[in-house]
Amino acid sequence: MRLDRSAGAVFILPAVLVILIFSIFPLLASLYVSLTRLSFSEGGIHLTFVGLGNYAKLVIGIDRTHFIGVTVPLTPLTAAVLFVVYGGFAFLLVRYLRGPGRTVLGFVGRLVTAVSAGALVWLVVDTVMTSGRPGTLVVTLIYVGVDVSVQYLLALGLALLVVQRLPGRRFFRVVFLLPMMITPVGVAYLFRMLTDTSKGPLYPLWAHFGLTDVSWVTNPWGARLAVMIGDVWQWTPFIFIVLLASIESLPVELNEAAVVDGANRWQMFWAVTFPQILPATSTVVLIRLIEAFKIVDLPNVLTNGGPGTATESLTLHAYTIWRALDIGGSAAVAYMLLIVVTFVGISYVNLFRRRVTAMA
Amino acid sequence: MAATRARRHRSYAINRPSPAGTIVSYALLVAWAVVVLFPLYWLAVTSLKTPLDVNGGPFYFPFRDFKPTLESWRYIFVDLGEDTFRPYLNTVVVGLTSTTITLLLGSMAAYGLVRMQYRVRFAAIASFVAGLVAAVAVIAAGGPWQLALLGGFALFLLLLQTVARRFKRALGNDDIAFWMISQRMLPPVAVVIPIYIFFQQLSLLDTWAALIISYVAAHLPIVVWLMRDYFQSVPLELEESAAIDGASRYRIFRSIVLPLAVPGLVATFLFVLVFAWNEYLIALFLTSANAQTLPLTVAAQNATRGPQWWYMSVLILIMIGPVIAMAIALERFIARGLLVGAVKG
Repeated sequence: MRLDRSAGAVFILPAVLVILIFSIFPLLASLYVSLTRLSFSEGGIHLTFVGLGNYAKLVIGIDRTHFIGVTVPLTPLTAAVLFVVYGGFAFLLVRYLRGPGRTVLGFVGRLVTAVSAGALVWLVVDTVMTSGRPGTLVVTLIYVGVDVSVQYLLALGLALLVVQRLPGRRFFRVVFLLPMMITPVGVAYLFRMLTDTSKGPLYPLWAHFGLTDVSWVTNPWGARLAVMIGDVWQWTPFIFIVLLASIESLPVELNEAAVVDGANRWQMFWAVTFPQILPATSTVVLIRLIEAFKIVDLPNVLTNGGPGTATESLTLHAYTIWRALDIGGSAAVAYMLLIVVTFVGISYVNLFRRRVTAMA
Repeated sequence: MAATRARRHRSYAINRPSPAGTIVSYALLVAWAVVVLFPLYWLAVTSLKTPLDVNGGPFYFPFRDFKPTLESWRYIFVDLGEDTFRPYLNTVVVGLTSTTITLLLGSMAAYGLVRMQYRVRFAAIASFVAGLVAAVAVIAAGGPWQLALLGGFALFLLLLQTVARRFKRALGNDDIAFWMISQRMLPPVAVVIPIYIFFQQLSLLDTWAALIISYVAAHLPIVVWLMRDYFQSVPLELEESAAIDGASRYRIFRSIVLPLAVPGLVATFLFVLVFAWNEYLIALFLTSANAQTLPLTVAAQNATRGPQWWYMSVLILIMIGPVIAMAIALERFIARGLLVGAVKG
């Protein structure tokens, strides 16, 4: 193939420059702000350099219960769960060491991933499955884990249903996209209307169970569930349309060959369709992972982060202390989020996506 | 053309479910459609209620449960009038312009990342960081930012041309792509103040340009990532035969790759448009009276007297109208068969 050398630069440089110019300044500025404390003095505002003070406050200081949560000593249940999870990690590491493609760098990377993931798992288990209380970090992890997996499964199922040659499928395709088109703030208010136990449309249901006086907002898991249902409702269409476009652009020849070989629909899906949409899957899941970590409107409008801080996500955490003019602390929370997302993103790309794209 | 039709017919036969499968499929489809449509129905009936009806408990059907009124619609279109139409125009202009630019720049970059090999040397990145540190140091010391950026850039070029040439280790296409998507990891709340200062320095606050530039930068990574997968599925044979016929890279991209990636382009266009259309936080900071967009108008209905559900419902409904029209118009491009038959022959 003919190679015009300048073409490469022409194709990629505009995008790179726009992203570079636009990302570097905010990144550096908020890093600097996260190391300072804002104070009002005579003649305006003043930023005092406090080093890692804002971070220390979150991890070991007075904001620990808010950010990390209330941790308690191990109980038999948590110990058992952690034993199983860590055993799984150890098994995977040993398998990697025995496998053919092992490298020192690869092992170190996996070890770091396993240790960090282990710490996060401990945090989730220890604050959720005990008398402890999850902080904003754990709540965000729960949102991301539950939302993205439920959205993916739903979206895949729906996409497979509407690629079938059924009359009226175009109607369903457009209808299924609708939730994504509403502005996130609007969705949050819409769900506040729907979940109202005395004036909302589900009133008969609440009345039937005698729940009209008990506001679900006072129950931490009820409130979290409401937030997650809203998020699933809104963002399933995003994964749906990507998977749909991906399935629709697959060549039919492979499916025909499978039919000739006598494959049933189930086998056809697992052996033909699914492997081919894996690259698109891995992309859309990565994008959704990153976006899901930044969930803010639903908990903010629906529950205001309550009861207490039970539904508060990291971004909402950053937002509330930002409104309280603790700009430095807010930037520190944002950077913590950045660190967690970067860790999750890099692990995901290295352990999952690279393998998937190499296969395709 | 006849061959294409025959192939479509074959795919039709493969994807047609059995009678039992049809019933189950319809049951599931209708179930999810109800889940999706019921909240929207509730918006529609709420927009026809008086505040009294909304607060009086759940009323489901107009005429039977309550007397519908167009009072809220009148308020939004007549009383607010200009305050509805101006944000509307802003949303349309900013949404369409930023989406078009993003899609153009993003698909070019995505194509580059799929079909060409890039190597960004570590030494080049180090030179860039050195130039950046120098510029930041000058600004921190109180120097003018224009001069500092110029000096930093000069240092970067100098290092690039001298020291950086000696080292060979480099980053590849995947690393560039990951760097791009990593730009979406910082939550908006941490980004808005720097962006505000950025546009203040350029005196672009409260203009279309500020929003368009922000949205292009914010949504480029998503376009690059999604379009990469769609371009990957364009058969290499087609591009190769075009290249043998003497077509340039640009020609191949415009006349072969883009038309074949239409399903992906359409899907990507739709949700980049949706993102730009609905973005709230950046718009809140960068705009005031002139360039304000509709999400701000929606949020503004949460007044001191509590959320004005009836006005909010009207606004949300008129906001999604055009996007739904767009989705209906574009949906048929997301259909199988565009690629079929292109490779053979």
